[in-house]
Amino acid sequence: MTPPTVQTAPAADMPDRAPTPREILRRRALRHRGFQIGLSILVGLLVVALFAPLLAPHDPFAQTLSARMLPPVWADGGRWDYPLGTDQVGRDYLSRLIYGARVSLLVGFGAATIGMVIGVTLGVLAGYFGGAVDHAVNFVLTAQLALPGLLLAMALVFIIGPSVWVVIGIVGVLHWTYYLVVTRSATMRLREIEFVAAAKALGASRRQVLIGEILPNLVPQILVIFTFELGVAILAESALSFLGVGIQPPTPSWGLMIAEGKEVMFFRPWQVVLPGIAIFLLVVGANLTGDGLRDITAPEGRT
Amino acid sequence: MLKYILQRVALALAVAVVLSFVTFLLLNFATDPAYAIAGEDAEPEVVEQIRKTYGFDRPVLVRYAEWAGGVLRGDFGESYYWNKPVAELVADRAPVTLLLAVMSLSVTVVIALPLGIVAALNPNSALDRMALGIAVSAQAVPNFWLGLIMIILFAVQWRLLPVSGDATLMHFVLPSIVLGASSVPAVMRLTRTGMLDVMESDYIRTARAKGFRGAALVRRHALRNALLPVISVLAVQLGAKFSGSVITETIFAINGLGRLALESILGSDIPTVQILIFLFAIVFVAMNLLADILNAALDPRLRIA
Repeated sequence: MTPPTVQTAPAADMPDRAPTPREILRRRALRHRGFQIGLSILVGLLVVALFAPLLAPHDPFAQTLSARMLPPVWADGGRWDYPLGTDQVGRDYLSRLIYGARVSLLVGFGAATIGMVIGVTLGVLAGYFGGAVDHAVNFVLTAQLALPGLLLAMALVFIIGPSVWVVIGIVGVLHWTYYLVVTRSATMRLREIEFVAAAKALGASRRQVLIGEILPNLVPQILVIFTFELGVAILAESALSFLGVGIQPPTPSWGLMIAEGKEVMFFRPWQVVLPGIAIFLLVVGANLTGDGLRDITAPEGRT
Repeated sequence: MLKYILQRVALALAVAVVLSFVTFLLLNFATDPAYAIAGEDAEPEVVEQIRKTYGFDRPVLVRYAEWAGGVLRGDFGESYYWNKPVAELVADRAPVTLLLAVMSLSVTVVIALPLGIVAALNPNSALDRMALGIAVSAQAVPNFWLGLIMIILFAVQWRLLPVSGDATLMHFVLPSIVLGASSVPAVMRLTRTGMLDVMESDYIRTARAKGFRGAALVRRHALRNALLPVISVLAVQLGAKFSGSVITETIFAINGLGRLALESILGSDIPTVQILIFLFAIVFVAMNLLADILNAALDPRLRIA
């Protein structure tokens, strides 16, 4: 008995050949509005950070004593040469916000990369070897999840001595669990698929299988987590800087600017409001991009 | 089920021991406690003297065993900064943080559960999109900023609530909202997914066929199963509230464990910081264990497995 064959006429609006994976991705991306908004915000702020010296109207460190505590331009007494006003020591607020994007993005990308290296390494090893390795990694994961991250980060940054690089290192070292959980289960699945067995049969070494076969297939998932962790790291940096155990003055960091503005927030609330909006925008941008990437790269294409 | 629980308890204990050792090592090797007591520019002889008096010159394992033994007996060591037993400090401050944690978890439940349920019952509707929007926003708002904005609006502009302090229950309203908001996205998303899964399941179709509709269907049939994973996440979130209290208590000048932690860090008070990190981790481990046990008790499927 032969199975019944179904005749399918090609749909009129479909091209003759099947769309390539790249075309499918592009089509999904063009339909996903959240992804477009998120990516625009992220790229926009990246451009602002890269071209800060060209965009900022003033030196973010220059204190102009004659122009202290100016309000933004829309308030009474605001001046166009300081569009968002100045702080207590007469530094241009807009310029400091623009340069603040550099600090946030530097810490975000740096910390998310460190976390990625740790988490992906542990995840791939645990998923591929299983058994005792998996148990050991699982134990480390359980312990890490129980640690109060912010508190530990505060203590370590304070002890080692606060600087941008210390903040990047510590935030990165404390944020790898998400990478681990996802890459471990993905590796377990990949291990059983034919192409890995084929590579092994062809005589590929363990290392070749892990780096040449498994890792490339994890890239979409790693990218999704990276964008989320970007947001997490930026929030962590802003909290540390706000509490005084992160980026130190006079470096313009949004969290630190909120701490400085807190002293005068009842009289000049915009000094707290503006940097907060900047953090919010950047993190929303990262999260929307991550959500979108996840939908776009999902095998069945959740839309 | 007993075997399952015993396994969980054993894992929790092992994690607790390892965490205590790691925090002890980190804080005792990253800094020299003798210098912390003597001050940065003390004479070497003075520092050496302090090292002898406090016993910092002995091997690490001996000091760890002493410390761990003390913790088990309820002796948390002596704070150099506050000049008090750490146990006394913790006992003084813990009730405030516990109250804050419980109140903020209530805020989370009151906001996240209805939002998640309504979103799941009307998938892809305007309500669903609004719920998702709230989750995305709440995830991106810096907690400390939300706190300051709330103070500016509710305490200063509209004068509805006190600015800071912990004298009355009213003082805890704003902090609870701020701390509670941070858990809303996770709990809401989980409620929504759980509810969506359950509503598509066979037994709900059967219940529908038997004539159950609307609220009765949701309450009597769907909710029970949909909320199982939420319960364990709530337990974990309660544990997380303790370390989350650092920011909230600092902003609202609440004298709880979180603020104690920040002040002790800034005062280089290693014994206190060490106990607090360990304590927050233990609360988290305990809450996780409670969640596992609760789940096993509530879900018959887990009991057999």
